This record gives sequence, structure tokens and C-alpha cells, in this order.
Amino acid sequence: MTERNMTCIICPMGCSITVKMEGRNITEISGNTCKRGAAYAEAEISHPERTLTTTMRCTDGRMLSVKTDRPIPKARMLDCMQLINGHTVTPPVSIGDILMDDAFGSNIVATQALP
Amino acid sequence: MTDLVIIGGGPAGMSAAVAAYDEGVRDILILERDEGLGGILQQCIHNGFGLHRFGEELTGPEYAWRYEQQVRERKIPIKSRTMVLSVTPDRVITATNEEEGIFSIEAKAVILAMGCRERAKGSLNIAGKRPAGIYSAGTAQKLVNQKGYLPGKNVVILGSGDIGLIMARRMTLEGAKVKAVCELMPYSGGLARNIEQCLNDFGIPLKLSHTVVEIHGKDRIEGVTIAKVDERRRPIEETKEYITCDTLLLSVGLIPENELSLQAGIALDPVTGGPIVDQNRQTSQEGIFACGNVLHVHDLVDFVSEEAEIAGHSAAAFVRGKLGADRDISLVTDGKIRYTVPRRITQGKDVTVYFRVADRYRNVKITVRRDGEAVYSVKKPRTAPGEMESIRIKEALLEGAGELKLELEGERD
Amino acid sequence: MYDIAIIGAGITGGMLARTLAAYDLKICILEKENDVAMGATRANSGIVHAGYDAEEGSLKAKLNVRGSEMMETVARELGVPYRNNGSMVIGFNEDDRKVVEQLYRRGIKNGVKNLRILTGEEARRLEPNLSEDVVCALYAPSCAIICPYELAIAAVGNAMDNGAELLLNFEVQGIEKKEEYYEIVSGTREPECPRKVQARYVVNAAGVYSDEIAKLAGDHTIQVHPRRGEYLLLDKTCGALVSHTIFRTPSPKGKGILITPTVDGNLLLGPTSVDREDKEDTATTAEGIARIMEQAGENVRNIPFQKVITSFSGLRAAGNTGDFIITSHRPGFINAAGIESPGLTAAPAIAEYITDMLKDQGLKMEARADYQPIRKPVYAFREASVEEKNEMIRKDKAYGRVVCRCETVTEGEILAAIHTNPPARDLDGIKRRTRAQMGRCQGGFCMPHIAELLARELGIPCETVTKSGPGSEISMGRTKESRES
Repeated sequence: MTERNMTCIICPMGCSITVKMEGRNITEISGNTCKRGAAYAEAEISHPERTLTTTMRCTDGRMLSVKTDRPIPKARMLDCMQLINGHTVTPPVSIGDILMDDAFGSNIVATQALP
Repeated sequence: MTDLVIIGGGPAGMSAAVAAYDEGVRDILILERDEGLGGILQQCIHNGFGLHRFGEELTGPEYAWRYEQQVRERKIPIKSRTMVLSVTPDRVITATNEEEGIFSIEAKAVILAMGCRERAKGSLNIAGKRPAGIYSAGTAQKLVNQKGYLPGKNVVILGSGDIGLIMARRMTLEGAKVKAVCELMPYSGGLARNIEQCLNDFGIPLKLSHTVVEIHGKDRIEGVTIAKVDERRRPIEETKEYITCDTLLLSVGLIPENELSLQAGIALDPVTGGPIVDQNRQTSQEGIFACGNVLHVHDLVDFVSEEAEIAGHSAAAFVRGKLGADRDISLVTDGKIRYTVPRRITQGKDVTVYFRVADRYRNVKITVRRDGEAVYSVKKPRTAPGEMESIRIKEALLEGAGELKLELEGERD
Repeated sequence: MYDIAIIGAGITGGMLARTLAAYDLKICILEKENDVAMGATRANSGIVHAGYDAEEGSLKAKLNVRGSEMMETVARELGVPYRNNGSMVIGFNEDDRKVVEQLYRRGIKNGVKNLRILTGEEARRLEPNLSEDVVCALYAPSCAIICPYELAIAAVGNAMDNGAELLLNFEVQGIEKKEEYYEIVSGTREPECPRKVQARYVVNAAGVYSDEIAKLAGDHTIQVHPRRGEYLLLDKTCGALVSHTIFRTPSPKGKGILITPTVDGNLLLGPTSVDREDKEDTATTAEGIARIMEQAGENVRNIPFQKVITSFSGLRAAGNTGDFIITSHRPGFINAAGIESPGLTAAPAIAEYITDMLKDQGLKMEARADYQPIRKPVYAFREASVEEKNEMIRKDKAYGRVVCRCETVTEGEILAAIHTNPPARDLDGIKRRTRAQMGRCQGGFCMPHIAELLARELGIPCETVTKSGPGSEISMGRTKESRES
């Protein structure tokens, strides 16, 4: 049996979660105070994911804040950065506009409006 | 004469404006020094905002946008690119902008929502020269996120406040190498989730009980000497270590920005650095209210919005002449609780008291004493200085009270 | 061909340039840094000393008293704030009292006016936060405070307005005597700077480097070394803790830790006094800061040390003779070396003195008809009345945009600093001229905006804006471009 400790990043409470495993099977999740914490712990074992927030340069030189609209594999965050860094966007942009699709299984969306 | 003037169009100012409007006040003016609304949220492009308010994770600009929509829908007037120069005790506000020059507004009520600023390096007295490449974490955040400049490529961060942690990740994503985050205290002032997702995700070492003792380099910073500190936070000579870097970011605390409050003769709490307020968020000057980080530094913007609503409602009641007071209860604390907001209670209604603790404790019991007698208590598994706590005090407990004291019992964690 | 080249744009060189600019001369000022006032002038106490410190008959005594008399007029002409706040040298025991009495007698001989010895009680009546243990004080009502770099900037600016030229990033590496002139060669840090300057007369006002400059000209008589002084600057809310400049009775190494308000309303504590080898060693130290706090705390009560907004350190150019070294051992080459305290006070008088030396050495001086001793005023928004502010904004909207919130500095003032002689070329230059970034947030809020203004006005990319000259760029490039794709 193995044990893994982790800090939940779902909400600001930051619960300390302990996952007990038998081989690759999770036998017990403890320390979480909500269901989302358990789901996070499971994902963290099998396929850790993160939402990436960053900026994209506009053709006029300004910076636009963007994010992946769903979590992407944690290991691909720097690759995703490179993908975004290679792109520019021409304003106007509305909040929520999809700027790129299929970035490691997510869309890159604008998190601010630029006139 | 304007009914309500709100100084600052960040999260506190916007939320207060919306709340006052919804209470029926129509003659509102928001004064904002920046081009647009949103304040510091516009540079906080990371997510983690809005879980309490909106039940979802938003980035700073998205959170600001939601409130901005509410302000726009209500057509609340805004003067942007306007700097307030002074506020008098009788609520005359003097401001300046390029169109109108210097102008004054008389207000029936004022809400202070100017936010806070970062502690600067000068206050730390770090030995060494004063080369380029030393920034507060928030300045670096602005440079990277809004201006698109990378302050440097090899970074040391002093202070593990949330902005410092967020910037460790941000600089890493933009291609810099963050070599260490040093924290003077034996614990981090930032949220546990930020240590996880901003440092651990990228293998950035967090050096607790460490500080920067010397800055090296003349034109540009070339390195820092760090050292472990003893229990009295003095550097231990034998633990000195040199780290090569071209950038030092400081995330060593936030200070409420109360220059205007002082001009208005408002009494400040020496612990928070913000005004002393009652449960209505009214300051020591009648008709002047305060909310958000100008009042005390919050850990979550959701609580700022909540607090600003209280201030907005109270200011609306004041404008209509309906802000009553039937009590005068003072709130005090023991040393383990650093401060409370509010510090005074003037009405016999249920009240939520926000507070911060001085240290990390576990198996915590918070006791409310009414004029010496324990009348109510709650338990919490853990408390930490970086996180704001609250306790709800029922109306019945206020009856006949002169002083309420909050006490903390618990084991040092 | 210049008539005269002044090496060093500190207070000595700047004040000399201004004095010489009254005559029909072609003048250049050579400065190795990216701005003026970057050496000893950048970081010192900013005191206009009354003149009781220096030995009777010394050059220091003579030029101190003369400079102190001239300073108020000079400051007014240059538009530099000057406050006659008076000083006290406080004593704690009988030994100190002897020193106070000695200083009193020396002051009288040097010609200092209105000196008085106070009892501890009298001193505390004037200065309520003085230590309870003070038993006597030398009171000098003629002492004043002034901002040293502001004075030097204004002096150089006024000289430039009258035709003098300023060459920045001109680091003198060779001085060759030709028949009629000196040829001065630079190892310049900037390509657009000339590498050679020819001048009939040369004044060496190079501060801690004045020994090396003299050697380049074949004069091996100068011995100076850097003496470091550290300071603490406190928030403006503390400026009223004392109204006078408070000195401890002096020791052989200097005047000890002083406590003084500044003309800008801050409280200044310092300096320490430590001899150094390295002429660029302007580092602060933990020991120095601790020493300032300890000694200042002994002299004055209730100093709020938690309100320190910055610490800094400067290097005085200490000479080996105990006096100013104003000499000439090569024809047409004059040294102004060892200009340590009271060098700031004496600067206008040193300028007069050197002007006379140049005359004696045959430099022809004809007064210029169009000489303008009054510097074009530089407006400070925060100090203007409401009517004046509105007038400023009406004429130029940039004065309606407040950039630095701590010190209430407008965009108009920042643009003026970039376009007024001597023009600011970096962030620290803006800071010294306008106070933007000098308040309690130390530029945390306004620095990015100021960098953009500098970039726009100088026509350079924003990421190449510097804090203080080449090598101190504010960023290491733009994001999105630093990673290889």
C-alpha cells in the first residue's frame, strides 16, 4: 500500500488530502471537506490537470489576458505557453472570445475585453 | 451636492456603488484614477476569484468585468483618470483630471475604496547597493501582464505572500527561472493552494525562515545573499548562501492606502492601518464609510465585495437619514487575535465579525466575552495569519453589552 | 575647442559651470555617469553649515562661511527650496560641554553670526523630542537645509541655459597636454558621445576620482579616498519630529549621526563614517543601519523607525590634508579635490575662488550681456495653489494627469524633467528632479508609467529604459519573445 499527500487547489481552503493506494487503485481518500476535493485527488493521481492563465500579444502591441477554458494536462503547461506565445490577436476582442481551439484539448479564450 | 461619492473603482468601489444603487440612491459618482474600472484585478490575470460570490473560478479581469456590467447596467456615473487630492471631515472632495482641472464636490456620504499598496524594499533595510532589477511583486505583475515586459530571467523572490507565489508561476511560464522563494517566517503568508500550484508544480523551492541579507551588483542586480534566521528572525551567519540572479521580487506585505483618510481626520487602527469602523463600515467621521483593502487587507476579493455591499447599504441608509444607532459596544481582542473588523457595534442586529489571528494554531476555540463573561464560542480546526476568519454574533448577545472581547485558545501549529 | 572643461558634474563642478557661464566662455562639463549629481552630491546630508566646524584660517572655514552667506540667494535664483532651520550640536556630559564651548569660540573666530550656547532645558524647549540627557547645545540659527542634488541639477541646468555643454557617459581616461590646450579622451559607454574634447583650461572636480584625474594630467599631489556614509530616510509623516538639524558633538572622524528634517518634509538620519577602498562602494550594511538607529535614538526620542522608506549610502571624497585641496600644479589645470563636508555649503564660494584662480592664470573673462542667473522655474504641482494648478492644467493637460500618487507628481512635471536642462534620461533622473518614485511606495505604482513616458519622449523601446544609465535596463526584453520556439 502506498500513500500520497497533496494540497487541494480547488478552493482557497487548501485542504490537505491523503490518498491511499493499492497498486494503481485508490482505496481511500481522506482530509478533503467536499466532493470536489475527492475528484481533484483522483485526477491528480491519474491525470493531473491545470487551468492555464496567461497573456497573448495583440497586433497593436497591447497584452490581452487569456485562459484555457478547461484544465489541460499539467505536464503540457509550458508547451501550451509556447503555442499561445506564437499567436497574436487583433482587437477588438470581447471577453469569452475563443482565440485558439484545440490547445491540448481546450480552447484559449479571452478573459478581458479590449476595444 | 452629490448623494454619494465613491473614491476608487476597483472591486470594493464597484460593489459598494451597486449596493447603494439597489437601495435606491441614484445620485452616485465613482472617482477612479485609472482609465477603466477594476483596479488591481486587471493585472491579476490568474484564476481563483469568485468561488464564494459566483460559485465558479474566475480570473481577476473576469471578476472585475462582472461587477463592471452591474455598474454599467445601472448607468452609475464614473469619472475616470481622476485623482482625488483631498477629503475633508465635512465630506468635500477635491480632485483633478485633465478636462476639469481641480474641482470640488460636496457629498452627503463618501465611501473610501482606495485599496492598498505594497510594502516597498526601502522599509526592509536590506544591505547592498540599489541596482536595477528589484521590484515589488505587484510592479512585476503589471510589467509582465499588462505591459508585456519580462523584468528578468533568473529570479529570487523574498516573501511568500500570494502575489509573490503567483508571480513565481507567472515568471516561470514566461520563461524565467525562479531560483527560490524566501520567507522570513516559519510558515507562508500565502494560501496553501498557491504554494501547491505556483511553487510545487514547477519545483520552485520555498525556503521558510530565510531572508535576503544582502543585494549584490551595481548597475543591475547580480545576486543575493540569503540566510536562515533564528527564532528572533536574526540571520544566522553560518547559513549564508549566495544565489546568482538578475531579478529580486519582493512580496512582503500590503498596506492600506489611507493618506486621504488621514486628511479627513479619520481615526486609524494601528494594527490594520485602515480606519476604525463600526458594523456599518462607518469610520470615525460621520457619513464617511470604508471598505475593501483600504479598510484592512483581505485574502479573497469575494470578501471585499461582501464588505463593500455592507458599506454601500449603510451609505444609502445614511443618505436617507436612516442610519440609526442604539448601542455603543466596543470590540476588543486578546493578543492571539490581531484585530477585528468592525471595532464598534452601534446597532442591535446580528453581526459578522471578521478577524485575523497572530500565529498558526490548531484545535482552536474562539470565545466571545460580554463584559468579561463568556457568552458564546465556536471551534475551528486550524487558523493561519494569512487567512481571514469570521464569527457571527447573534443580536441577543448584544443586549446590554458594553464591551465584547474575542479570545482565542489553541495549540501553536 | 573649449575655453574650459570641467570634469565632474557634482555640486562643485555644477556650481563652477554656472559661475563661469556668466562670462563669454565656451564651457563643457564632462560626466562619467548618465546624469549629473551622481557622486558625493547624490547622497549627503543636505546641510548648509553655519561654519563653526572648520579650523580657523583654513580654506574650509573661509569658504564655508562665505558659501553659507551666498546660499540663500543662489537657491532663490536657481529656484531650489532652501529652509533656514537652524542647528544644534548637543552635549551629554562635561567633556561634550568643552567641545561645545570650543566650537562656539571657533565659530566666533570664523565669523559665524548669532551663535549661542543653550542649557539642556533651553534646547528641549526649542526641540521637545531631544533626549532628556542633553545638558548643553551649541545653537546656530544660520544653519539651513537644502537638497544637494536638486541644487546641482539646477546649477548645471542654469549653466546649460547660458550656453555650457554637458557631455554624459564621458569617462575621462586620458588627459594630454598639447601646446595651447589639453586633450581629454574618454572611454565612453555610449557610442554617440564624442571621444575627445579639447580645452584650454581644465578643472578637476571629479570627487572620489580626483586623484586619478590629476594623475592623468601628470599631477601626483592629490590624495583622496572614499569615506562611506549611510543614511535612513523616513516617511513625510515624520518630518516634524525635529525642526532643527541635530548634531552630536563631533569626533575626529566626522560629525556623528545627525537628525534633520529635509526640505521635502522627510526625516533624515545619518551618516555613518567608514573609510573604504572601492570608489563605487555605495552599499548599505546591516551594521551601518543598526548604528544609525542606535545613535539617533540616543539623541532624539520617539523616532518611528518603522516609517523608514529607504536607506542609502554615499561616498565623500575625503582628502588627506584635512582641508579642501584647491590647487594648481600644471598650467591651466586646477584641482578641486577633497571637497568633503562642508563642500555643499562652500560650493558657491569654491566656484568664486576657482574663477579667481583661472583669471590669475590668464583666462580672459568678459561678462556676457545675455547672462541669465535666474533659472527658468520648474513647477511642482503639489506646491501650487488651486488657481496655479488650474492654470497649469489649462495650459497643458499633462498637468491634470497625476502619475505618482505618493508625491502627487503629474505627467506634465515628468515631461518637463525630460525636456529641461539638464534633461533626465533615466528613471532615477526623473526621481531626483520631480520626486516621482521617491515617496512611500518607492515607485511600485508609477514606475511602469514613467518608463513609458521616457521611452516615448526619448524615442527608444520601453524595455531599454534604464534605472540609472547603461547596464541598468528595467527589463530583459519583451514577453513571448524570450523563449526559443
